[in-house]
Amino acid sequence: MAIPLSYNLRNLVVRKTTTIMTALGIALTVAVLLSILALVDGLRTAFTASGNPLHVLVMRKGSDSELTSNFTRTGYQDLKFKAGIARNKAGEPMASLEIVTVINLPSISNPDGSNVTLRGLSPIGIEMREGIRISTGRWFETGKREVVVGRSIAARFPASALGRKLRFGRGEWEVVGIMDAGKSANNSEIFADLNQVSSDFQRTEVLSAALVRAADAVTAAALVNDINSDQRLNMGARSEVEYYDSQTSSALPVQFLGMFISAIMAIGSSFAAMNTMYAAVARRAREIGTLRVLGFSRGSILFSFFVESVVLALFGGVLGCLLVLPLSGVTTGMSNFVTFSEIAFDFSIGLPIMATGVAFAVILGALGGFFPARMASKKEILVALREV
Amino acid sequence: MEETVIQARALTKEFVRDEFHIVALQDVDIDIHKGEFVALMGPSGSGKSTLLHLIAAMDYATGGEIRVLGEDLRALSDREIARWRNRNVGFIFQQFNLIPVLTALENVELPLKLTNLNERERFAHATTALKLVGLGDRLGHFPRQLSGGQEQRVAIARAIVTDPALILADEPTGNLDAASAQEVLSILSRLNKEYGKTIVMVTHDAHAARSATKIRHLEKGALLPEGQLPAD
Ligand SMILES: Nc1ncnc2c1ncn2[C@@H]1O[C@H](COP(=O)(O)OP(=O)(O)OP(=O)(O)O)[C@@H](O)[C@H]1O
Ligand SMILES: [Mg+2]
Repeated sequence: MAIPLSYNLRNLVVRKTTTIMTALGIALTVAVLLSILALVDGLRTAFTASGNPLHVLVMRKGSDSELTSNFTRTGYQDLKFKAGIARNKAGEPMASLEIVTVINLPSISNPDGSNVTLRGLSPIGIEMREGIRISTGRWFETGKREVVVGRSIAARFPASALGRKLRFGRGEWEVVGIMDAGKSANNSEIFADLNQVSSDFQRTEVLSAALVRAADAVTAAALVNDINSDQRLNMGARSEVEYYDSQTSSALPVQFLGMFISAIMAIGSSFAAMNTMYAAVARRAREIGTLRVLGFSRGSILFSFFVESVVLALFGGVLGCLLVLPLSGVTTGMSNFVTFSEIAFDFSIGLPIMATGVAFAVILGALGGFFPARMASKKEILVALREV
Repeated sequence: MEETVIQARALTKEFVRDEFHIVALQDVDIDIHKGEFVALMGPSGSGKSTLLHLIAAMDYATGGEIRVLGEDLRALSDREIARWRNRNVGFIFQQFNLIPVLTALENVELPLKLTNLNERERFAHATTALKLVGLGDRLGHFPRQLSGGQEQRVAIARAIVTDPALILADEPTGNLDAASAQEVLSILSRLNKEYGKTIVMVTHDAHAARSATKIRHLEKGALLPEGQLPAD
């Protein structure tokens, strides 16, 4: 059996100031890491929730986002009668021609204005998005300058409150409804009538993309292949799920920066833990000698000090989780680097992310604790006993 | 024929530090038998502690041979020595060396963590040892809550809790007042007489040495013949 854990725990309590400072360093490192993971996770959830597996997004060949894609009305006419496209109860093909552009709105956090995605679409496009419902107000009417704003937009942009008027295009648009799109990215969009938007932006012929629904999952894949290989159409199709998935990459720069910062902090806090443990080994040299005389092996000395460092780090890791816990469920916006507009998402700090944080802390403690523990175990008994 | 617990032949310990060679022990021959209580005396620097450390395998001899409880200590690995010491040797320090963050009971239980005893047995053994040194009512006290004499008695309990055949003490009364010292000495005497423990005690104090059954003197690293005192 080993040196009892209570020996280590009580020593951590005895030197509580150092323990707390060291643990705090580890906690901050873990907190930074967890915020980044939560951000990426939240973003991924928002994008993943946005894609319907039966939906196929069709853009001009070579386009990576709806914003930079051009899509003509003639192209749409050719597309909508393709085989495999589902039909609604009225028997119309479920294919929605849409225009996507960006408008500037002043927000709470940014009075100079942030970019917001404006989507012009026709009734079929709304029908295809079953996950969206109006939470207050009503849908816009065709042929009118009316908009419906996503829930996140309504929360973050006071100018977009129900009944207010937004200035863009060639006039003022009244906010007639607020929509709840669940966790989907549509919460960060403004919906308006396709023809009204396209004429206001002088793009009556050249729109952005088309969203089509396949009859079933197998057909969806076939449809993607069919459209992509049709030379005449000159269009690029991909599943909507895949499209939104690729948008998660918009978080890459932030993710990279966050990882970089937490790596630097990790080195720092690991050294801090090492320093603390070296000091502990030096201060307890006589105890180490005594334990050896009592019959504890070099191995159990090493293990004991190693465990002490890991426990210290564990404490820091849990503290770090507690630090970021208030972030959980907080909705925030971040610029989407693919569409250059704001996308709102929830930080989600679930158990797997917290487990990652704690594991990360344990690694820091193990790295910081190993060398001091080894030094403790290498001490000669008489040398250790003679130290004060 | 008496059972030999410690047998040293031409035992030598030389410390080499830079170009200095210090001979701490020179050709020491000694036989200590089971049930003996030997006081090791001699002036400061005469090699008393060094001899004790060699007996406990806390250090290695640079020459000669030493067998303790029939074991040739040089033949054992680090781990084996640790186990051997845990089972066979109880060591008492001048400075008590209790673990400050552990209670009296936990300090005494510590060596038992290396045995196969379960928690209840460990508790029973440790309380028995503490009662034997008269501290049955101080189980939950931390070292800082005890007097020096009480600390040393806890240390004695810790040294005997695994029921070792051999007890080694390096100036166990060196840091104690006369009354506490007397308590410690009478406990050691009792361990020797009633429990048959073999004891080797280093001491400066002639009065303390009187508790022993035999007194041996060291001078400049050499063991003087039985009955002979240092020149000064
Ligand atoms: N690690 C060491 N390095 C060098 N010399 C040492 C070492 N340990 C002991 N010595 C020397 O060995 C000699 C014997 O030391 P030892 O500690 O055995 O003496 P002692 O009889 O116990 O003295 P004291 O009564 O002061 O405790 C002394 O000269 C001492 O300086
Ligand atoms: Mg000495």
